[in-house]
Amino acid sequence: MNSQAPILATKDLTMHFPVKGGVFRRAVAACKAVDGVCLSIEQGETLGLVGESGCGKSTLGKTIARLYEPTAGSIHFEGTNLAPLSRGQLKPFRREIQMVFQDPYESLNPRHTIGTIVEEPFVIHSMGTREERRQWVADLLRKVGLNESAAQRFPFEFSGGQRQRIGIARALALKPKLLICDEPVSALDVSIQSQVLNLLMKLQREMGLSYLFISHDLAVVKHISDRIAVMYLGRIVELAPSEEIYSNPIHPYTKALISAIPVADPTHKPDRVILEGDVPSPIDPPDGCRFAPRSGISHNKEHLDNLPSFREMSPGHWVEACPACLGDKVV
Amino acid sequence: MPTGQSDNLLEVRNLVTAFDTDVGQLTAVDGVSFEVRKGQTLGIVGESGCGKSVTAMSVMRLLPQPMGKILGGDVFFDGVNLATLPRDEMRSIRGNRISMIFQEPMTALNPVHPIGKQICEVLTQHHDMNPDIAWGKAIEMLEKVGIPSPEIRVTEYPHQLSGGMRQRVVIAIALACGPELVIADEPTTALDVTIQAQILDLMKSLQRDLGMSIILITHDLGVIAETCDEVCVMYAGRVVERASAREIFAKPRHAYTQGLLHSIPRLNGTPKTKLNTIDGMVPALKDLKPGCRFAPRSERKHEQHHLEERPDFQEVGQNHWVEACPICVG
Ligand SMILES: Nc1ncnc2c1ncn2[C@@H]1O[C@H](COP(=O)(O)OP(=O)(O)OP(=O)(O)O)[C@@H](O)[C@H]1O
Ligand SMILES: Nc1ncnc2c1ncn2[C@@H]1O[C@H](COP(=O)(O)OP(=O)(O)OP(=O)(O)O)[C@@H](O)[C@H]1O
Ligand SMILES: [Mg+2]
Ligand SMILES: [Mg+2]
Repeated sequence: MNSQAPILATKDLTMHFPVKGGVFRRAVAACKAVDGVCLSIEQGETLGLVGESGCGKSTLGKTIARLYEPTAGSIHFEGTNLAPLSRGQLKPFRREIQMVFQDPYESLNPRHTIGTIVEEPFVIHSMGTREERRQWVADLLRKVGLNESAAQRFPFEFSGGQRQRIGIARALALKPKLLICDEPVSALDVSIQSQVLNLLMKLQREMGLSYLFISHDLAVVKHISDRIAVMYLGRIVELAPSEEIYSNPIHPYTKALISAIPVADPTHKPDRVILEGDVPSPIDPPDGCRFAPRSGISHNKEHLDNLPSFREMSPGHWVEACPACLGDKVV
Repeated sequence: MPTGQSDNLLEVRNLVTAFDTDVGQLTAVDGVSFEVRKGQTLGIVGESGCGKSVTAMSVMRLLPQPMGKILGGDVFFDGVNLATLPRDEMRSIRGNRISMIFQEPMTALNPVHPIGKQICEVLTQHHDMNPDIAWGKAIEMLEKVGIPSPEIRVTEYPHQLSGGMRQRVVIAIALACGPELVIADEPTTALDVTIQAQILDLMKSLQRDLGMSIILITHDLGVIAETCDEVCVMYAGRVVERASAREIFAKPRHAYTQGLLHSIPRLNGTPKTKLNTIDGMVPALKDLKPGCRFAPRSERKHEQHHLEERPDFQEVGQNHWVEACPICVG
């Protein structure tokens, strides 16, 4: 697809949280939120990340942005491995990778003006004079489709979509190359959601940004992404160009996920794969096939003991599934 | 007027509901009319704050007191006007002949009681049922909503269950007395798509078995398309369009409905293309005009008189009604 080196590449990226218990509050187990993730994002590409609640999407995003210290694995950003860097060493990279969060209501300080909020990253990095910063803020607000007079107003005076634009303006302040968008439109009404999606697509065209776009709304992800990664219980189980993953899903979990999307067309008759059971716990996941308990497919001991490998089934279409889950697709 | 032989279970006529607030009385539901047929599902869709929950609370007579009031209109349920029914008579209908499912299952369940006890409570409250029989019926209800090993689960507490299981318990409680009408206010919004599919599937199959009517409130047009026979589109306290689901999706007439349907990304759409938007935001209750309320967000130019006079609610096709602002309904 792209001959350039990817802007981001993770290898075996792992983020475990200690689970404390007992009288001494000692770590008694590990919550394996992200458990060996390999993926890459090309320059100017949008990689969509989907999966059920608790599968580790936000943790993966935050680990890539190095808001967490990874337990293991590497995060190569433009060739530099961020995983082992100290706080001080990370500072120049903080500008390059920014996050946009789900809740536009919670992520903006209600007591600050929009001007102060958007200016903050410049102040933190001691950039520009007062006058220059004021000018930059005005430019940013215009870029996200807001009037520069918004700078004097407070968050409560804006709608959800406008607040999300303000969050995006702040994330763009330091001219990042990679934006990690964690459910950026999930809290918004459909009529407002499309405003923010259009803005993200426009900014990508104009500024050549790369996105990791996390969402549980698969129609939204399909619309905005070039490729899509499906996450299940801390691991990527399928990765492919977005058209391909929707027209030819291979992992039974991806199939169930896609078939569960309600389609806004009453004449559409869904051919639904209803999954058994509930979203499983990342504490103490199985060694082998993690999907076995929900698949409705019988698994033998070998499948349950051995982690399946991540294989390229057709060009650019990767799947990690055990032979039982793959059924007749086994090679 | 209600008629004995009609196949409408519920008829809401010109419902007006208001709240007393610091800034005076605000009308949240402003003359809403719809009906729900026996054994069918009516969907109510619309943006946050448009009055979906207040409509449901008005039908259930569960408006927060003393601020919330039904100022006008009728709510005929099987020929009885709920809007004016004495409180104690309403109490014998609520949870029994009409029940409700809320968005957040945790708020509907009592954390300190085992789930079995909570199902038994509604049964013994409305029917003179022996506790042992009620306990058996609770297990049977849990089985009906697809909870595995119901005889063990029945003694467990809400926190021991996952979100999807809790919502099943809420459904079991709502259906325990065999209601004729179930009002489900965003029953799957807090759940994952895979669990949402399980719950919607469950509600559909229970409706087939038990024949109840459902009012399903959601902001998800996909959920509406999949589960509803009829649809009401609400905007700023009013129903702007009402028709069968097929008709609404195929031939939306109001500019707001059209805008809404065009702004959602489609699975079969062309990726990375610009999506349609509805600019601006829903006006605050205190700023609402008597006339067309969509005017400030519409791309089409409205005259002053369109903002002052309330458009008629007109039948534009068979059983297809719109609030007929001449500008918004071309
Ligand atoms: N800071 C933390 N400390 C301990 N455990 C955590 C922490 N953050 C996340 N977890 C756990 O890691 C797992 C993955 O959580 P994460 O928030 O990444 O999921 P997610 O895929 O983003 O879910 P959602 O769709 O609900 O946002 C969960 O079991 C969660 O409880
Ligand atoms: N107790 C109350 N006091 C004053 N105003 C209220 C009260 N409850 C609701 N409202 C107002 O009534 C209007 C309709 O609210 P409602 O909860 O019905 O919206 P909704 O359509 O259910 O929205 P959502 O999709 O966010 O649930 C809103 O403007 C809301 O602020
Ligand atoms: Mg998350
Ligand atoms: Mg509501």
